Amino acid sequence: MKRTLAGVLAASLALLAAGCSGSDDPDAGGSAPGGKVALTYWSWAPNMDKVVAEWNAAHPDIQVTVNKQDGGDPAVAKLLTAIKAGSGAPDVMQAEYQKIPTLVSAGAIADIAAETGSLKDKFPESAWNSVTLGSEAVYGVPQDSGPMMFFYRSDVFDELGVPVPTTWEQYADAARRIHGADKKKYLGTFSANDPGWFSGLAQQAGASWWGVQGDSWSVAINDAATQKVASYWGGLVQEGAIANTPMYTPDWNAALNDGTQVGWLGAVWGPGVLEGNAASTKGKWKVAPLPQWDAAKPANGNWGGSATSVTTQSRNKKAAAQFITWLNTDPAALKALAGTANVYPAANEATSVALTKPPAFFANQPDFYTVAADAAKVTNPFTYGPNVNVAYSAYNDAFGKAAESKQSANFTSALATMQSTTLDDLKNSGFKVAG
Amino acid sequence: MRKRTGAPYAFLAPALLLFAAFLGAPIVYAGYLSLRRVKISGLGLGPGSRVEQWAGLSNYTRSLSDAEFLPSVGRVAAYGLLVVPVMLGLALLMALLLDAGRTRVGGFARTAIFLPYAVPAVIASLLWGFLYLPRVSPIADVLEGAGLSSPDFLSSAHVLYAVANIAVWGGTGFNMIVLYTALRTIPRELIEAARIDGASDVQIALRVKVPVILPSLVMTFVFSLIATLQVFAEPMVLRPLTNTISATWTPLMKVYRDAFVRNDLYAAAATSVVIAAATFALSFGFLKLVGARAFRQED
Repeated sequence: MKRTLAGVLAASLALLAAGCSGSDDPDAGGSAPGGKVALTYWSWAPNMDKVVAEWNAAHPDIQVTVNKQDGGDPAVAKLLTAIKAGSGAPDVMQAEYQKIPTLVSAGAIADIAAETGSLKDKFPESAWNSVTLGSEAVYGVPQDSGPMMFFYRSDVFDELGVPVPTTWEQYADAARRIHGADKKKYLGTFSANDPGWFSGLAQQAGASWWGVQGDSWSVAINDAATQKVASYWGGLVQEGAIANTPMYTPDWNAALNDGTQVGWLGAVWGPGVLEGNAASTKGKWKVAPLPQWDAAKPANGNWGGSATSVTTQSRNKKAAAQFITWLNTDPAALKALAGTANVYPAANEATSVALTKPPAFFANQPDFYTVAADAAKVTNPFTYGPNVNVAYSAYNDAFGKAAESKQSANFTSALATMQSTTLDDLKNSGFKVAG
Repeated sequence: MRKRTGAPYAFLAPALLLFAAFLGAPIVYAGYLSLRRVKISGLGLGPGSRVEQWAGLSNYTRSLSDAEFLPSVGRVAAYGLLVVPVMLGLALLMALLLDAGRTRVGGFARTAIFLPYAVPAVIASLLWGFLYLPRVSPIADVLEGAGLSSPDFLSSAHVLYAVANIAVWGGTGFNMIVLYTALRTIPRELIEAARIDGASDVQIALRVKVPVILPSLVMTFVFSLIATLQVFAEPMVLRPLTNTISATWTPLMKVYRDAFVRNDLYAAAATSVVIAAATFALSFGFLKLVGARAFRQED
């Protein structure tokens, strides 16, 4: 009996310890026989294997195997574990823009400036900046971007005679009228589960949460622009004009589908989400630019978007760089990315070669990608820091409490918590911090 | 002579090797990591700006003084006070009822009560998650159909019960089987004798059966205690569904957050060591406390 118990204890300890020591992935990159190069590629975009099949057919000497991941966070956790373990990382990795400073700082992704040459002219400045971090180095090739957009149920707006909001003030009015007309209906929800969504809204308002001054970092999460956004949403939640439950839950999906959530501040990849969760509302949705703080100076933020990077463990960096350059700049690849993998390519050329007709769920709106391109053009610059993960998890916890309390004052204090948690973490890790 | 001294070690070698490789080494490594830290210089972007160094006990002081740590311990304590008595009480009640032999569907009932244990905790939490969310929950539908307003099961007032409920649902069956098996080993003469002495079913249950299976009760209690301290899967799965479960809701969730969200393996290792030590202390402390009494009958 006692021995069994000790076994259980020991086993649980081992599980804990094993969780920290990581695992080896047998299919790490290497050279296949005959001088051929075999690359592994971690990505979570749907159908990426089909896009890669086109490359494999044309390049018998560089064969790429796609290893499907669960999503951005688990893939990064796996990659960092493999880096710590010294082996097991893929050659090529999909990396969300906000994770790039973290991955660079952890020594997980390689500078491939020498291998790629300059691709600067092929991408919008904000995307290119995300992979260079404003330096001479190149830590990946931008793959997709996520300009935010406002999705709304045009039938509900028409029925109530509510105009489509172009400013945040009008958005608040529309939210009040829709909820006033039917207590079950909401124009949107404040989601404490989606820090990327909130940072996109802050970016639109002019925030840039991190910054580099000489050789030190600065953190400006609790700046005037973000405070404005936080108190705006806190006010709407407090008066009950919008909901306070998180997005991406079965509950939210059901609300989109049964018409109790009649709007969504999403991003260009939103049609896929709506199609998956609210199939029965097809044809009733329309898209508009994000409401503005200042209608005379339109601005936008990003939610999502990623680059393709080469890991430091890859033994074939040159071949890997060649592959990711093709994947994200070649017209045929852009077409496949947009058509097969359902991503919104970051490359400038994509609008003319790949995005000529609207996504199937928005067949009723032929100018879908024009709206998206206009939104992308006015995207504000935004710098991510090396501990985005810490800031984002602080967002989840602090704003979770605030949203649950439905008190506007708690939204602004949640922002202060986020700021101090992020700053303390940077200092504690030894980063040089200004201010 | 030499053969005789060598043989036991040869037989033990495979087990020792496996133990060293899969238990000993990871524990030692976790202990080592808990004393290390990464020091970053400057912007932390160039190669060589990140060095691993000794940290002394700073990870432990950081882990124990974290403002989130004590509340998470408190939450687990409340959760344990709720789950362990309810789960073991139900398991004991059901085992005694089945053992009393007054039902014709004993076999079916045993399987039905045991079945939830076969459902992995993640799946069980997903199932219950759907049942808790008002718009997709049949429970809410039924309540609303009856003209009642459905409570928000995942609100801050109820979320502890919502998580505890999943654990009770999943764990009762296992404990019931353990206790039932122990009950079946009680010699029937003992029960006959009590009956002849005029004891009622309830008296037999409380004064004969329960004392005899006390060692099994102690064992299920210790197992439940350990499971409580390690509660992780249920709140982790429910977390994306609600604002009320934070990333550090339980100590193990804090370990997970530190290791895989903040990429701070060192702090995570320190907290793991603290949790392991607490688990050891509580389990063996309890066994020492009741062991002498409970196990006397076995010897």
